[in-house]
Amino acid sequence: MASVMSRAGSGIRSFFATIWNTKGLARYMFWAGLVITLVFVVCALFAPWVAPYGFDQTAAHGVDFPKLGPYDSTHLLGTNDQFFDIESRMIWGARTAIEVVLLSVILAGLVGVPLGLLSGFVGGWVDRILVFLMDAMYAFPSLLLAIVFSFLLKGKIGSGILAAALSLTAIYIPQYFRVVRNTTVSAREATYVEAARAIGAPPLTIMRKYLFSNVVQSVPVLATLNAADALGTLAALGFLGLGIQPTQASEWGYDLSRAIDDAQGGNWLPAFWPGLMIVLLITALTLVGEGLNETINPALRRRRLKPVMFGPRVPADVVGTGPSGGTGGTFDNAAADMEGGRP
Amino acid sequence: MSSSAGSGSLARYILIRVILVIPMMLVLLTVVFILLRVAPGDPVTAAVGGHLPPAIIAQKRHDLGLDQPLYKQYLEYLGHAARFDFGTTITDNQPVLNVVRDKGGATLTLTAGAFLVALLIGLPLGRLAGRFRDSGLDAVIRVFGIVTYAAPIFWVGVLLVAFVATHFPSWPTYGIASAQTTYVVPSHTHILIVDAIYANYWTGVFDILQHCVLPCVTLGLLITGVIIRLVRVNVIQALKGDYVEAARARGIPEGRVVRKHAFRNALVPVITVIGLQVALTLSGAVLTETTFNWPGVGSALVNYLNERDYPAVQGLVTFFAIVVVIVSLLVDILNALVDPRVRY
Amino acid sequence: MSELRDAGAPVIEGPVLEARDLRVWYGTDRGPVRAVDGVSFTLRRGEILGLVGESGCGKSTLGRGLIGLLPDGGARDGELRFQGRDLLRLSGREQRALRGTDLAMIFQEPLTRLNPLMRISEHFEETLHVHEPGLDKREVEQRALAVLRVMGIPPTRYRAYPHEFSGGMRQRLMIALALVLRPAFVVADEPTTALDVLVEAQIIRILHDLRTEFDTSLLLITHNLGIIAEACDRVAVMYAGEIVEIGDAKEVFSRPRHPYTRELLRSTISLSTTGLNYIDGAPPDLVEPPTGCHFHPRCPDAMAICATDHPVDRDHGDGHRAACWAADVAEGLTLDEAQREPLKREEISVADEA
Repeated sequence: MASVMSRAGSGIRSFFATIWNTKGLARYMFWAGLVITLVFVVCALFAPWVAPYGFDQTAAHGVDFPKLGPYDSTHLLGTNDQFFDIESRMIWGARTAIEVVLLSVILAGLVGVPLGLLSGFVGGWVDRILVFLMDAMYAFPSLLLAIVFSFLLKGKIGSGILAAALSLTAIYIPQYFRVVRNTTVSAREATYVEAARAIGAPPLTIMRKYLFSNVVQSVPVLATLNAADALGTLAALGFLGLGIQPTQASEWGYDLSRAIDDAQGGNWLPAFWPGLMIVLLITALTLVGEGLNETINPALRRRRLKPVMFGPRVPADVVGTGPSGGTGGTFDNAAADMEGGRP
Repeated sequence: MSSSAGSGSLARYILIRVILVIPMMLVLLTVVFILLRVAPGDPVTAAVGGHLPPAIIAQKRHDLGLDQPLYKQYLEYLGHAARFDFGTTITDNQPVLNVVRDKGGATLTLTAGAFLVALLIGLPLGRLAGRFRDSGLDAVIRVFGIVTYAAPIFWVGVLLVAFVATHFPSWPTYGIASAQTTYVVPSHTHILIVDAIYANYWTGVFDILQHCVLPCVTLGLLITGVIIRLVRVNVIQALKGDYVEAARARGIPEGRVVRKHAFRNALVPVITVIGLQVALTLSGAVLTETTFNWPGVGSALVNYLNERDYPAVQGLVTFFAIVVVIVSLLVDILNALVDPRVRY
Repeated sequence: MSELRDAGAPVIEGPVLEARDLRVWYGTDRGPVRAVDGVSFTLRRGEILGLVGESGCGKSTLGRGLIGLLPDGGARDGELRFQGRDLLRLSGREQRALRGTDLAMIFQEPLTRLNPLMRISEHFEETLHVHEPGLDKREVEQRALAVLRVMGIPPTRYRAYPHEFSGGMRQRLMIALALVLRPAFVVADEPTTALDVLVEAQIIRILHDLRTEFDTSLLLITHNLGIIAEACDRVAVMYAGEIVEIGDAKEVFSRPRHPYTRELLRSTISLSTTGLNYIDGAPPDLVEPPTGCHFHPRCPDAMAICATDHPVDRDHGDGHRAACWAADVAEGLTLDEAQREPLKREEISVADEA
């Protein structure tokens, strides 16, 4: 147990060392993104304590909230057209967003990664059919796919967090599949895997030991970028009225769609906040993903180099074999005294 | 001698690529059929159930062929799709093809304008970021690209509209044209701006262009983010190319090396991926059209969705699938024309 | 020699290129790699200098450093005179202007060195237009076709794309592209390594004949000693960032002064080879090279002094220079008993660890 822990520890340490030793923007992008994401995660985890009110609360201490109230000491960001406190809605919205996105990304990975490994490793007809199917899915507009799925799921399991997560899952399976399958195919052809096969390692061992570790490298990048994308799609579903219903959880996209009429009427703040939350979290996740990509991907990575500082020049003139020439001894043979290369 | 051999294999390449469209189309249509015909159950009841007596519903089911066995429905669906017949809507009872014909022009205008905006902003910015990698300029451009991609279309749209409405009240903020223009311009191609130009009605053209600005910029900004990212990465990779070093060794100035060697070669993969962005653009178009009341196919789709009109949704989704397949075909052919190596 | 340097434009006898204590280092996260560390040599007009050494000894870095193509984080120091002007003192723009017109490079892998999207004609047009803007299209074509003819490329292929040529033909195209501006100095970095043997002979022939056609001085980097013997006037042997021996090719090969040269010659394979020889150990780490003589951990003749004192670059007559204590002793240098004691062997393994 302890050894497993320490191995995991050193793995994480070397991972952060890789990021540290990377030159340029990628490092700062990664850290900036990580910090913003963590703020949202903390809000999501501790929403009941961080948020002043519940997400569907319209009164406190016997006082009804105003409709579209301005910002004041009781409502830091004001209230919206449904009498909700905007600040609380934003914080609870972080919880919804992170729940849905985590669920969908994990589910998509759970289906996509093994399918990609299998397809890439087995090859042949299985591979061809799967690739074709997934490519067709991938080519399809992802929002349309999500719309169709949430449309279908609405009748089956309602329109809560699970339904939203499931309709997003379908979009991202093909992406995991493509990346994992392509990595597997190129790793399968790699010389070290060929060598493992040559010494008679069974296929399952090869898959587990050599391919999985290789493939797993590209998944974190994909997962964070997909999470960013999923967040946008979730908000779009909410905006179109196909996402999570307001009674089930607080969702930024829905709040935004409610605020549009007011924005066109000139009161744009209730629309501004949910959009800002979406932009911030998507940007943060993208920064993490791209930062990771540029540190893990050796084709893009730039190592941090120490600048070259030349020491003082050592005189390195060519020395003839004359009596004065050597530093370690003297010539006793005068005949060896020949013309120097340069005066 | 060599050029004739090149065009010969180009023709063969295009032929093979066209033949490959058939299985791809088949897969997509099957997915659409399973999702929208098999999974949801009875569409007629869903759309107009409760409003109409059972006899009329049964009649409607028969008209739509829903009382046939599934495999027959499937084959019929494929046959219709092959003839570009996407069925008939239930709610307003008109062929989906008519919906596409009447509203496709607006969507085409919007997406073309958005791509124009995105290319005009994205290509130069991506090239700059790639050339001056890790500089302050690179940082600014990258964050700009990420934020424009992250910002939800409807949010950008709403804020733009709110801003324009307060500061430039006379600037149009929704629709494709003012009522006057739509009324005056006779319909030939169903693409309003083309018709207006054809009718020599320049006030109308100007009016439409004014209406285009906000939606095209909103949708264009989304694609800009993608293009900046793509161009930047590809320029960086291309700048590491052996032929780039060789060009430097010949004393070609750095600006020209970036322009003629790195940028041009970076565009080859970019064309492919920009082609894939058609899917993203269509997704974005649905949202943009809803935000700006743009009379396109996307907003029509959302309307039918809200009315639970399954045949209409199925027809429009089938249409989108065909558009995606055809565009990917065109992109591959364009790629072969740009890169002489692809043909071999 | 040096007074001829400023004697006017057509310098016949003066060196085209003169490097003095040239250093090319590049940064890593562990500190600078001393890829080229204090190299001095001269190159006369029309002369072919071969540069040999193991992989990783810095010979490619030296070649690129002479042209001014530095790796990421690289820097140059010392003195590098080209026709009297110190290249290291020139601005980036001035250096670029010299590249192509006066300094040219031929690379190892011809397959990837031509822009796949540009026709051969466009490569020539670009190169000529940048450096001689006054030329019109017909003159450009004439100049290009003239060089291509020398390289044996038929004029019908002028408008073809790079991928329509074989590897050997592409290398000849690269040479033509390098020579169309008649540079005074060309670096050829392992120009035949990626090609098969027959094509190799052809390319070497072309390079060898360059001086009669174009009056070019050539630095030919290779690890093939056969090529050196066949094509070069002089040879420089490089080890761990330093030139350990330089001189007339025949002289160096027949009477090598430095043990490294000797061992390198012994490890080549020919028809008369009966056993395979190799040099024990691996090239040293160039971030922290061994003290004293860089070669001492692997040297069969190593003495105590070799581990502590850097040998002196000494002329052994007719410009045949070597930096080796053992060679000095053979020439009559007297050293203390302690300094001459054979080196204790366990130091090899220590150095290997590093």
